[in-house]
Amino acid sequence: MKTAGQKNSTPVICAKLGITVVMMFVFAIFIMPPLYDLFCDVTGLNGKTGDALSKDKANSFGVDTSRTIKVQFLATNNENMPWEFGPKITSVAVHPGEPTVINYMATNTTASDMVAQAIPSVVPFKAANYFHKTECFCFNNQPLAAGETTDLGLSFIVDIDIPKHIKTITLSYTLFDITETAKATGVTKLEADKGLSSTKRLSAPSFLSTLAALN
Amino acid sequence: MAHGPAKGFTRWLYTTNHKDIGSMYLWFSFAMFLLGGVFALVIRAELFEPGLQIVEPEFFNQMTTMHGLVMVFGAVMPAFVGLANWMIPMMVGAPDMALPRMNNWSFWILPFAFLIMVSTLFMEGGGPNFGWTFYAPLSTTYAPPSVTFFIFAVHIMGASSIMGAINIIATIFNMRAPGMTLMKMPLFVWTWLITAYLLIAVMPVLAGVVTMMLMDIHFGTSFFDAAGGGDPVLFQHVFWFFGHPEVYIMILPAFGIVSAIIPTFARKPLFGYSSMVYATASIAFLSFIVWAHHMFTVGMPIAGELFFMYATMLIAVPTGVKVFNWVTTMFRGSMTFETPMLFSIAFVILFTIGGFSGLMLAIAPADFQYHDTYFVVAHFHYVLVPGAIFSITAGVYYWLPKWCGNMYNETMGKTQFWLAFVGLNVTFFPMHFVGLAGMQRRVPDYNQFFADFNMISSCGAFLFGAAQIMLLYNVIATIRGGKKATAEVWDNPEGLEWTVASPAPYHTFATPPEVK
Ligand code: HEM
Ligand SMILES: [Cu+2]
Repeated sequence: MKTAGQKNSTPVICAKLGITVVMMFVFAIFIMPPLYDLFCDVTGLNGKTGDALSKDKANSFGVDTSRTIKVQFLATNNENMPWEFGPKITSVAVHPGEPTVINYMATNTTASDMVAQAIPSVVPFKAANYFHKTECFCFNNQPLAAGETTDLGLSFIVDIDIPKHIKTITLSYTLFDITETAKATGVTKLEADKGLSSTKRLSAPSFLSTLAALN
Repeated sequence: MAHGPAKGFTRWLYTTNHKDIGSMYLWFSFAMFLLGGVFALVIRAELFEPGLQIVEPEFFNQMTTMHGLVMVFGAVMPAFVGLANWMIPMMVGAPDMALPRMNNWSFWILPFAFLIMVSTLFMEGGGPNFGWTFYAPLSTTYAPPSVTFFIFAVHIMGASSIMGAINIIATIFNMRAPGMTLMKMPLFVWTWLITAYLLIAVMPVLAGVVTMMLMDIHFGTSFFDAAGGGDPVLFQHVFWFFGHPEVYIMILPAFGIVSAIIPTFARKPLFGYSSMVYATASIAFLSFIVWAHHMFTVGMPIAGELFFMYATMLIAVPTGVKVFNWVTTMFRGSMTFETPMLFSIAFVILFTIGGFSGLMLAIAPADFQYHDTYFVVAHFHYVLVPGAIFSITAGVYYWLPKWCGNMYNETMGKTQFWLAFVGLNVTFFPMHFVGLAGMQRRVPDYNQFFADFNMISSCGAFLFGAAQIMLLYNVIATIRGGKKATAEVWDNPEGLEWTVASPAPYHTFATPPEVK
C-alpha cells in the first residue's frame, strides 16, 4: 500500500536509518573524544598542557626580563597511591622565555615493584597554552622497584606571549598507580625507560590496533 | 485474511501482529513499572527516618541505580512503544507495522536485556551502584564486576529501541492510507515520528558510551581514565549528549497522547494543530544543544555556562506554546471529566510545575546550589511522573475500551486518579523544600532537620504505589468483562481508530480507509 507522495520503499528507509545509526555510533566513539581533546587543547580547558616542545623551538624564544612569573608546584597522590611524591622546591620565579629545570622526587615505599603515571594540570586554564614542557617525567610512566627513590626531572619554559595579567602559574601533578594496567599491556621497565610506552589515550586508530594486539 | 490469532503460547512468541506486540510491550512495561516501584519503595522506606535502618548503604545505591534504569528503559520507553504499536497503524489506516518480523524481534530481546540487568543484583559484588547516569570512573574503575552484564543489557535494549524506531518511521512514511497527508496525521503519530528520529540519533551514542566503558574496563583503553590520559568529564559530555534527548524521548509521545484526549473531552478540535507540530520539532532540535545544563558544576568556561543556560531556557518557549494550546483547547469547551481527562488535566498542570523548576535549574549560577540535591529529584519526577506515567495511564484508560471491547469501571478509575494525584504531590512536592535546604540526592542517610518532610514523602510514595495496584485490578477486570463499549466509545472522538469495531478486530484496515 502506497500513498501518493511516497518517495522511498521500506528497504531504502531502513538502509538510510541503519546508516545513520552506524554513523552516530562511530561519532560517539571515534569523533567525540578527539573533538573533545582538540577543544580542550585549543581552549586550555582542564589545564591540559599539551605535548613536549622541542628544545630548539624553546631556545628560539628570547627572554623577557622585564616580567617575572611565579611558578608553583603541587603534588597529589591519587586514591590508594602509597608512594611518597612531591616537588623538591615548591616554587620558582622565572622570566618568560627562560628555560628552567626543577625536580620532583618519588619513593616507592612499598615492598613490591610498582609503576606510576603522573598527570599534569595547570591553573589558571588560560595559562595552559603558554606553559611549555621540553622534558617531563609525565611523558613516560615511572617504574620503581620496592623501596627505590628517584628524582623526576622537569624542564619547562613560559611563553613570552603569556598574557600580562597572569602573574602566577600553578602546576599540579596527580600520581596514579598503574601497576595493574602496565602489567596487562606488558610494559617492561626497559620499554618504559626508552619512553616507548606512550600513555596518551588510545583513541581511534591506536585503539583498534590495541584490540588487534590483544587477540 | 480474516483469520484470528493462533492459540497457546506460541501465538505470543511468533506473533507479528501489531496489536499482540503492542499488548506484550504494555504488559512488560507494567511489570517493570511494578518492579521499579518496589525498588523506589525500598528507597523511601530507608529514607522514612534519618539514620540507617533497613538496608546497607551499598544496597541502597543499587536500589537508586536500578530504580532509575528500570523506570526509564523498562517502564516508560516500552510503554510508549507499546502504545505506538497498537495505535499508529490504526491511526494512519494501515493493516500492520511496516516491518512486522522485526517488530517481534525488537520486543522479544527486551525481556532478556532486563533479565540480565536485574540478575546482576544477585551477583558477587552486587548490581550497578553508580546511579542511572553511570558516571565514569564510578562505573569503570570503581564498578562492581557485574558492570559488564549491565553494559551488555544496555546494548540489547538499545538495539531494541533502534529497531522499534526504524519500524515506526517506516510505518509512518509508507503505510498511511491514501489521503492521509503528513499534516493530517494525529499528533500522537507526529510526536512519535519525531521521537523515533531522536532515538535513531542518540541510542547509538548510548551504545557508544557503554562500549567505551567496556574498552576501558577490559581492553586497556583510557577514554575516561585520567591515569591513561583520558578524562572523566568526557564521559559526562557523551552521556548527556544522549541523556538530554532521552528525556524528551520520554515526553514527546506523552504530548501526543494528551493532544488526542483533551479535544475529545473538551468537545472542541485541538487548538493550533500545526503550531503543535512545529513546537514538537523545535523541542527535538533544541534538545541536542542543551546537554551541558546537567554539567554546570564541572568547571566549564563562562561562555559555555551562558550558552547552555540560554539554550535551555529557549526550550521553555515551544513548551509554553504547547501548554497554551492545551489550555486554549479546553477554554469554553463543554468539558466532562472522565478518567483519561482527569489524568490529562493533571498532566498539563503538574508538567508545567516541573517545567518551572527546570527553568530554575537552568539558571547556571543558581544550579550550583541546586545541583545533586533533592530539588533536581523533585524537578524530574514532576516532569516524568505526571508527564510520562500520567499520560500513559490516560492513554490506557482512553483506548482500553477499544482494545478489549469493554468499558472500565469509571468510579474505580477516578478513585485511582485521585489516589495517584495526591500520592504524587505528597511524595514529590516536599522534595523541593528539602532540596533547596541542601539535602543531597542518592544518600541513604540525612540530617535530622529534613526528617519531617522525608516522612511525608515516604507516606506519599506508598499511597502512589497502592494506586497503581488499583490500575492493575481495573485493567484486568475490564479485560475479563464489563459494559460493552461502542465503536466510538467516547462522545464523537476524532481519529480512524474509532471507525473500527470495539474490540478492534485482529486485523484492521486490510483495505485502506478513505481519508477526506
Ligand atoms: C522547560 C523544560 C526543562 C528545563 C528547562 C529543564 C532543565 C533541567 C536542568 C537544568 C537539569 C539539571 C539539574 C542538575 O542536575 O543540577 C535537569 C535535570 C533533569 N531533567 Fe529537566 N528540564 C526540563 C524539562 C524536562 C523534561 C520534559 C524531562 C523529562 C521528561 C526532564 C527530565 C530531567 C531529568 C531526568 C533530570 C535529572 C537527570 C539526573 O541528573 O539524574 N526535564 N533539567
Ligand atoms: Cu536535560
